[in-house]
Amino acid sequence: MNDVRHVDVLVIGAGPAGLAAAIAAREDGIESLLVLEREHLPGGILRQCIHNGFGLHRFKEELTGPEYAQRDIDRARGMGIEIQTDTTVLSVAEDRTVTCVSAARGLQIFRAGAVVLAMGCRERPRGALGTPGTRCAGIYSAGTAQRFVNLEGYMPGKRVVILGSGDIGLIMARRMTLQGAKVLACVELMPFSSGLNRNIVQCLNDYDIPLYLSHTVVDIRGRERLSSVSVARVDAHRRPIPGTEIEFECDTLLLSVGLIPENELSEGAGVMLSPATSGAEVDDTLQTSVPGIFACGNVLHVHDLVDHVSSESFRAGHAAAAYARGDLPSGKTWAVRDGEGVRGTVPQRIRKGSAQEVHLMFRPAGVYRGAACVVTCGDREIARKRAPIFTPGEMAVISLKPDVVAALDADVTVHMERI
Amino acid sequence: MEITCISCPVGCRLSVQVENGQVLSVGGNACPRGEIYARQECVDPRRMVTAVIPVQGGLSPLSVKTRSPIAKRLIRPCMRALAEVELSAPVEAGQVVLSDVCGTGVDIVATKSVERA
Repeated sequence: MNDVRHVDVLVIGAGPAGLAAAIAAREDGIESLLVLEREHLPGGILRQCIHNGFGLHRFKEELTGPEYAQRDIDRARGMGIEIQTDTTVLSVAEDRTVTCVSAARGLQIFRAGAVVLAMGCRERPRGALGTPGTRCAGIYSAGTAQRFVNLEGYMPGKRVVILGSGDIGLIMARRMTLQGAKVLACVELMPFSSGLNRNIVQCLNDYDIPLYLSHTVVDIRGRERLSSVSVARVDAHRRPIPGTEIEFECDTLLLSVGLIPENELSEGAGVMLSPATSGAEVDDTLQTSVPGIFACGNVLHVHDLVDHVSSESFRAGHAAAAYARGDLPSGKTWAVRDGEGVRGTVPQRIRKGSAQEVHLMFRPAGVYRGAACVVTCGDREIARKRAPIFTPGEMAVISLKPDVVAALDADVTVHMERI
Repeated sequence: MEITCISCPVGCRLSVQVENGQVLSVGGNACPRGEIYARQECVDPRRMVTAVIPVQGGLSPLSVKTRSPIAKRLIRPCMRALAEVELSAPVEAGQVVLSDVCGTGVDIVATKSVERA
């Protein structure tokens, strides 16, 4: 029988979320602290995000992904934080027993005072789309192609069509072009891109790559290898319009069609998930429905900016440290609900009697120009934020000041208001 | 003309008045970086370039960047120059792998370390 080792705070995942949570816990004096990482090196997805644009909020300068990750890795190492790499967590139990395996250490079982879930997210695969056509080689999720090119040094193909205009798809359109491929088109089902505007400009427009909005791939052809795809315009109900097909001869189709928080472990622990975010439901301390289990970063909800991942994860790490010390009392909560035009607000609960600032994060359900997002408590408006534009591609954040949080006396709703 | 600011993820829509290659006014920017960007973009557009290059005997390819933005029209010449670079492991993050790329005065630096395989 394996020995069970006790740790005060155990963090699953050494990407930007896990590293920030661990750093915060150590800052709060947690000595018995362990980070488990299934890859060979810490850094998570940032390792393959070699483009720049990370860290503008947090470090006031633009870093590449590897540079951003290295800052946290160096800080964690400097604090003596133990990171076990090449280690896969098999299960997390409701009592915070964590079972993992690695080639170097075999099976290990930990009992944690608090657990921080920081496993990140996965890409939606072809199977989730139901696109007809043959099952030939040459179809990759954009992040897989990014890993091939940036970490393994392989080019997945020469003539490329990209389905979906999420940020990874846009970034890969530029990367494939720069590394010598021809990107024929970026095809987006919706009438707007879900990627950041800056990426439309510097990844598509700079290289004259056409963006087909309100279009989708309707056929995939090829025997061994992909030989062409058909792209058609869609109507207001996102149904392809017959007769509008364009054929692209290509050997590669990259899919950038959404990210899903990776919550198999969370579900095994009995953590309640939100249908809107596919991540855990959490309170304002980022504690899930299971006491002592916290969640942060892309496993909680898919972010656009790593800076936001880091700040959220510092909060989760501080809260986990407090829980492990017995300083985080449980209690009743007010619910936070999505109102008109709002999807996936996090956190979903605010502790009654709390007087700490709360950052409500959500995605607008559509494009809103000259609109405001409004927070109400019962019938009372408690916060309002205007912006020239709100889009589903950019996570919106509205903060409730400590005095506003302290004065809550009913459930809270966030909604969009056109002005 | 209308351009989108790429200085940060907000992506402000800027309206820029240009006459005879001179920027007269910039509007729509939420911060001073927008005005700086518009004045540069309408006269001499520049971009950061990042790339991966192979490393002889290394555990993985090396990711690199221009230390500062270079003229947009030099992106492809810069990539061609990078294709000629021969490197062997180990490489340290921050190391200059190509100096003064395409006569820009800008160095290409490693953004990560690559150990020997």
